[in-house]
Amino acid sequence: MSQKIDLDQRRFRKIIRGKIKNNLRKYISNGEMIARKGKDTVSIPLPSVDIPRFKHGGKQQGGVGQGDGEVGDSLGQDGEEQPGGPGEAGDKPGEHALEVDVSLDELAEILGEELSLPRIEQKGSEKIVSHKDRYTGIRTTGPESLKHFRRTYKEALKRQVSTGTYSSKNPIVIPIKDDKRFRSWKSEPLPQSSAVIIYMMDVSGSMGDEQKEIVRIESFWLDTWLRSQYKGIESRYIIHDAMAREVDRDTFFSTRESGGTMISSAYKLCSEMMEDEYPSDEYNIYPFHFSDGDNWSVDDTVTCVDILNNQILPHSNQFSYGQVESPYGSGQFIKDLQEHFSDSENLVTSEIKGKDAIMDSIKDFLGTGK
Amino acid sequence: MSMHKPLPVHLQDMQQEIEVHAKDYGLDFFPILYEVLDYKTMNEVAAYGGFPTRYPHWRFGMDYEKLSKSYEYGMSKIYEMVINTNPSYAYLLEGNSLVDQKLVMAHVCGHVDFFKNNYYFSKTNRKMIDGMANHASTVRRHMRAQGQSTVEDFIDVCLSIENLIDPMSLFIARSPKPGADEGSEGTKETPRIAAKGYMEEYINPPEFMEAQRKKIEAEQQKQEKFPVEPQRDVLKFLLDAAPLADWERDCLEVIRDEAYYYAPQAMTKIMNEGWATYWHSKILTNNALKGSEVIDYADACAGVLATVPGRLNPYKLGVELLRHIEIRWNKGQFGQEWEECDSMATKASWDRRLGLGRDKIFEVRKLYNDITFIDEYFTLDFCIDQKFYSFGYNERASSWEIMSRDFENVKKQLLDSLTNRGQPVIRVFDGNFNNTGELLLRHDHEGVDLDMNHAKDTLQNLFKVWKRPVSLFTVVDEKGKLLSHGTDGYSESTAEASDVG
Repeated sequence: MSQKIDLDQRRFRKIIRGKIKNNLRKYISNGEMIARKGKDTVSIPLPSVDIPRFKHGGKQQGGVGQGDGEVGDSLGQDGEEQPGGPGEAGDKPGEHALEVDVSLDELAEILGEELSLPRIEQKGSEKIVSHKDRYTGIRTTGPESLKHFRRTYKEALKRQVSTGTYSSKNPIVIPIKDDKRFRSWKSEPLPQSSAVIIYMMDVSGSMGDEQKEIVRIESFWLDTWLRSQYKGIESRYIIHDAMAREVDRDTFFSTRESGGTMISSAYKLCSEMMEDEYPSDEYNIYPFHFSDGDNWSVDDTVTCVDILNNQILPHSNQFSYGQVESPYGSGQFIKDLQEHFSDSENLVTSEIKGKDAIMDSIKDFLGTGK
Repeated sequence: MSMHKPLPVHLQDMQQEIEVHAKDYGLDFFPILYEVLDYKTMNEVAAYGGFPTRYPHWRFGMDYEKLSKSYEYGMSKIYEMVINTNPSYAYLLEGNSLVDQKLVMAHVCGHVDFFKNNYYFSKTNRKMIDGMANHASTVRRHMRAQGQSTVEDFIDVCLSIENLIDPMSLFIARSPKPGADEGSEGTKETPRIAAKGYMEEYINPPEFMEAQRKKIEAEQQKQEKFPVEPQRDVLKFLLDAAPLADWERDCLEVIRDEAYYYAPQAMTKIMNEGWATYWHSKILTNNALKGSEVIDYADACAGVLATVPGRLNPYKLGVELLRHIEIRWNKGQFGQEWEECDSMATKASWDRRLGLGRDKIFEVRKLYNDITFIDEYFTLDFCIDQKFYSFGYNERASSWEIMSRDFENVKKQLLDSLTNRGQPVIRVFDGNFNNTGELLLRHDHEGVDLDMNHAKDTLQNLFKVWKRPVSLFTVVDEKGKLLSHGTDGYSESTAEASDVG
């Protein structure tokens, strides 16, 4: 049903858009703001626009409260929930930007909307679908092991009060059969993983902390977007200097090795991985490679081009190469790729000059809808 | 308006039952029309301040989004809403349990009785549904002619100053009616003390006559001042004197009208919620509740009355204070004899069996607002009983802390926060500042500085209305400051109160 308020809300969103884009950039360049909390939620503030007013400055004012506590007891640190005064709701700082947990799906939606990312066309048939049980409701029958204790006792209490058998002097509540409540579940279809992201990163001496931070932030957003497009996606991580090896996620983002750089080693490992584990007619494959563009030798670059041409590109949805600017690297590799693959449809390159450029780079990678 | 969908029969019966009980207790309310809304529509209506139609503005969209998000993430939901009109419209949330609906209906009876009988609501427009719809069509008409953004931008400006009104002006004469002193203006002759001719030189010496003349001149100059007396209804002053286009004047009028409509609700929040809570609990527990509903009712009621550290719960304070008053007047704990009694034991067992409590709280709901209510009835006993404290910000620990449990202190803090609906008092001092048609405002500094960032932007907005430089005299860190916004932007200078009139 369309509502009158929709127009106002759309208007608000338009105003925010200018704001959200900046805000979003701010979050993105500020990696720690976005963190997985619990299962899959992150916390972002609800956008809000302030109308300036003549009003009292917050900190001198104080207020009145009710309850226990000694003089001098703290009511909450700055930045935590701030005490509000009486009167209209929302006339104190801290009250109007209420923090809302936003699920990653929703975040991806915002990202998609902001960057006008196209939905990805999936390839391969719907793969094996398994079922997962989730406890979602309450019912009156069920096995004893699923008994909902609190609900059962609440029912019993209600019954005893209404029939007059409850006495506050002797508050004993005994559930009978009709009072019992059990958890009930629903089976939800769970499509099997049908996509894989393979992250590769150059960890040679020339990649500093700042470069890795950029890669980390960018892969978080790539991950979020791709996850919103595919149910149950796999991620694999490869690091390389002169040698390549597979690592877990933590190691991927924290390792700093030194030494030379042979990009082909990573591509070799990647193509082996694809061949052995991810048949391309069933999987949507997204290899990402981040480096500072410094390769050991021209010969090695030729090998890389070879592997990409014959093994990786034919089987991937899209191969993405992101080059992070570093004071040490020559930055040659991106030029080589652009030269050799200028007419290739599923190889995308992007130069990431700094944290501010992450948004544009994400758009480069994901804007193709592959 | 989708208002006239009939209420389901079981809710009609419930409404009838509750209202019979309410009338038996002496509540006197406008007819109430209930409508059951799904949560989306409920949030929409709530974002519109309780009305089905408002003028187009993004702020309603923002509020709607905030309400929807907090509903969807289970942080809060709106149980009940009722607006001050005759008949009163009230909304029930679809899918609430019957106990909840019952509680809401009893609560609503309390609110509507308050709207109808409280003195501070006596000047409000009871046909505000039409009023709001008219405002909406006025604004829409101007948007069609001027463009949506132009009008919306100006409404943003108006909203930025909507708190600069004077709700009390409806009840008292702030300044003598123009024309009342007209007669005295004609006196050109300096008045002299009557004396015989030969005494004239001694009784009315030239120096004395000169001083008299100066005094009269000063008096006349004051008369020429514009406004004659500092004016708290800044919006009214702007409507009268600012060079506004017709559509701008209309928009500012709309905003002012709505600000005055909502002001009594801000002035009586504690009493109004306390009164409604008092009656829902009285009606439900004494009359309307079935045994099986007691627990769900207690659960809902506890939620309403819960207190959170560092936050004043108006429902709790209001209802407890009303009950306190009822007990005192039932037992005769008032008057000179009671005040002068200093024996704790006598006071504790004081019971004259007067039974005046119910009448007294009806009188209170008729004549008081939050400030007078707290000022008169918030007593030492009550303060201790209810564990009130004042809190403030500790810079060193950068945290909010309990500052005091001292009665005087707590009461002062409470009254301060209610004064002028918690807003700073700002008056128009001079509409011809520097003799160049600039506008001068003054902030009555009561110990709390203004939020400077907001003040800056608000001045800019005032400049857009006044279209000449605008200045505000205030105090920052205990020093006088003149904040100005003119054609070349914002500026600040130190100033003394005496410099600016």
